[in-house]
Amino acid sequence: MKHIDEYRDGALARAMAAVIAREAVAARSYRFMEFCGGHTHAISRYGIEDLLPANVQMIHGPGCPVCVLPIGRIDDAIHLAMRPEVTLCTYADLMRVPASAGHSLLKAKAAGADIRMVYSTLDAIRIAEAEPGREVVFFAIGFETTTPPTALAIRLARRKRLTNFSVFCNHVLTPSAIRAILDTPDVRVDGFVGPAHVSTVIGTDPYAAIAAAYRKPVVVAGFEPLDVVQAILMLIRQINEGRHEVQNQYIRAVTAGGNRIAQSEMAEIFERRPWFEWRGLGELALSALRLREAYADLDAERRFDVETVPAADNPACECGAILRGVKKPAECKLFGTVCSPEMPMGSCMVSPEGACAAHWTYGRFRDAAKAGAESARV
Amino acid sequence: MTAPRLRTRRLDLRDGRVDLSHGAGGRATAQLIDEIFRPAFDNPMLDRGNDQAEFSVPAGRMVMSTDAYVISPLFFPGGDIGSLAVHGTINDLAMAGAQPLHLAASYIIEEGFPLGDLQRIAASMGRAAREAGIAIVTGDTKVVERGKGDGVFITTTGIGLVPRGLDLSGDRARPGDRIILSGSIGDHGVAIMSLRSNLGFDTEIRSDSAALHGLVADMVRAGGPALRLMRDPTRGGLAATLNEIAQQSRVGIMIEEDAIPVREDVAAACELLGLDPLTVANEGKLVAVVASEGADQVLTAMRAHPNGVQAALIGRVIADEQCFVQMKTSFGGGRIVDWLAGEQLPRIC
Amino acid sequence: MCLAIPIRVEELLGDDMARVMLGGVSKVISIALLEDVRIGDYVLLHAGFALTRLDQDEAARTLALMHEAAVPGLAVAEGDRA
Repeated sequence: MKHIDEYRDGALARAMAAVIAREAVAARSYRFMEFCGGHTHAISRYGIEDLLPANVQMIHGPGCPVCVLPIGRIDDAIHLAMRPEVTLCTYADLMRVPASAGHSLLKAKAAGADIRMVYSTLDAIRIAEAEPGREVVFFAIGFETTTPPTALAIRLARRKRLTNFSVFCNHVLTPSAIRAILDTPDVRVDGFVGPAHVSTVIGTDPYAAIAAAYRKPVVVAGFEPLDVVQAILMLIRQINEGRHEVQNQYIRAVTAGGNRIAQSEMAEIFERRPWFEWRGLGELALSALRLREAYADLDAERRFDVETVPAADNPACECGAILRGVKKPAECKLFGTVCSPEMPMGSCMVSPEGACAAHWTYGRFRDAAKAGAESARV
Repeated sequence: MTAPRLRTRRLDLRDGRVDLSHGAGGRATAQLIDEIFRPAFDNPMLDRGNDQAEFSVPAGRMVMSTDAYVISPLFFPGGDIGSLAVHGTINDLAMAGAQPLHLAASYIIEEGFPLGDLQRIAASMGRAAREAGIAIVTGDTKVVERGKGDGVFITTTGIGLVPRGLDLSGDRARPGDRIILSGSIGDHGVAIMSLRSNLGFDTEIRSDSAALHGLVADMVRAGGPALRLMRDPTRGGLAATLNEIAQQSRVGIMIEEDAIPVREDVAAACELLGLDPLTVANEGKLVAVVASEGADQVLTAMRAHPNGVQAALIGRVIADEQCFVQMKTSFGGGRIVDWLAGEQLPRIC
Repeated sequence: MCLAIPIRVEELLGDDMARVMLGGVSKVISIALLEDVRIGDYVLLHAGFALTRLDQDEAARTLALMHEAAVPGLAVAEGDRA
């Protein structure tokens, strides 16, 4: 597959890993956070950490919109779906996310709710057109990559004069989350691997203020494993040279200004909420989007009078610390004991790209190896 | 003067539909069996018209297996629910090294199901059974009300004869054994998903649904006692099967991603949907664990058979208390291959 | 987030839609977020929409940089300073 396979070349990876090993200063430790859940997934799936020297560590960040969606908002979606007149359209990623009292969209579907998995917002529009008797609600989540598709769907609904379509909006903003992590007192991150596809939309410009204010380098990286490895090399060089700049490794897809059409669509349809709760990160200011007043009729929250009741996570759940990069999955008491992908307790386990799910699915054999090595030393 | 013979109209296979009378056990049921099932399955045991099939049992060990088929859509590139039901149960028998002997088939049909489709399915089953050298010798038909069944559900049960001296079992894998895969993975699952309208992609990918007992017979001949076990990676894919084996045998497994055959179009579809080919269902493939001294002969025998031309040595069994299935990725790093958590859902994240 | 894959534009279908293909698998998607899409372009596909066009020259440059980086003694392997 063109533009994919070339960036998965194992031989090239090993050669670049050798360069990293040479250039990483032995006396230093390098802690880089990959913000985007897709990068977390790639790092785990390809075993990239096996190619890095021990003093270069990857911290998994909160760029997983499924993971940071608060339980209360899933509860809202389930309540909407349980209304007999509502057809709830959702991306498949959300089906198994646990809500309050052990509920989920999958279980609601089994109980008779009309919930339909869609690949694209356009599918939801098609359903609304085909079934005028149903109230079609699209459960919108995602960072800036996924927001333009929702904006376009709302435009299309307006143009087609659909009266039975609305959006339950949970879109969130990347720069806000990065700032929130850097504002955390106990966080220790030396630099960021910036998100790939969010950046195709917002460009690299928004990271400049963050890099300058917090004096941390940001390298926007492509999605394939070689992209990530190259970005890590670029970060190591910046740290070694005392730089804290924004660099673009993903030059084949990302520009400084981003996708202007996508940005203007988003600006037309959405405005920032003053506050929004993020699972694991608490309430963040100006970090999420809602539909503008002009589109109130297409806003499910207004149409159905949604009042979100915040719901707390299991007290032993360490997702908050893990999302901020302060703890590792294996350090949570619930990991692998009561919490697993089959029975996720917290946000980091619910999505395949959450730090805990990625570690469980691809990497937990390393915990056993470490434990073995430790007991051998005793 | 003789009593007038009752004339019945033949089933309208073009426009007719199954109705509740077809499951009531009366004349309508008999007509369904006479005009659809019997001609399609075409064998003397069934033709005797009894509620049971009678046959002699050869001396030796028998295996029996049963499976229900609820696949949707019913017709797909490379097969249909009927051929799948025949291949699937034959394969379950074949994984024990058995020669399949007879099949039974029961149907739960939804009221309103087109007779034409039922005839197509029955014909497909008859064909699949004949190609495999066996027959569907007994069966049952029930009809449920509209809305209470997804078109048709089929359950097949099969019996087979295990050759003397053969003892294949999931707990027989030992460190040092080799792992062989009979061909490319992911074909069936992707073929089915391509028909789900909400995923909307077009492809030429066909299900790999096939009966594997011929391939198995060659493997048994070539491997002898070196053959430890075989299993077909259906739902849950290769990942589930390898984990089952690891758990049952209390061993670890190490495989190489580069060695696993995946068709380019299947890989592309998995990229589009965010799926791991290791977790996608197969219906015409098997995994074999073979003692190292016999691995080459078994592999050669497999590659000489039409169902095994792409057979590949993909890894080996190792000692591991944690019973992990580990994989060396084509990228060079390591990862584990875990069971699929829950139902297989495409993702955008 | 954001699983997006590079995929080739095979056909323009009007109304801001296009048929794209990867490895023999084809799909109909929206190109409403892009301007001037041509047949033969590679775009990044996410949730049914093309987000951006792939710059093939920059792709070639990236691969060249990666290969250079892997050769010991050769100097810088950097993307753009943004």
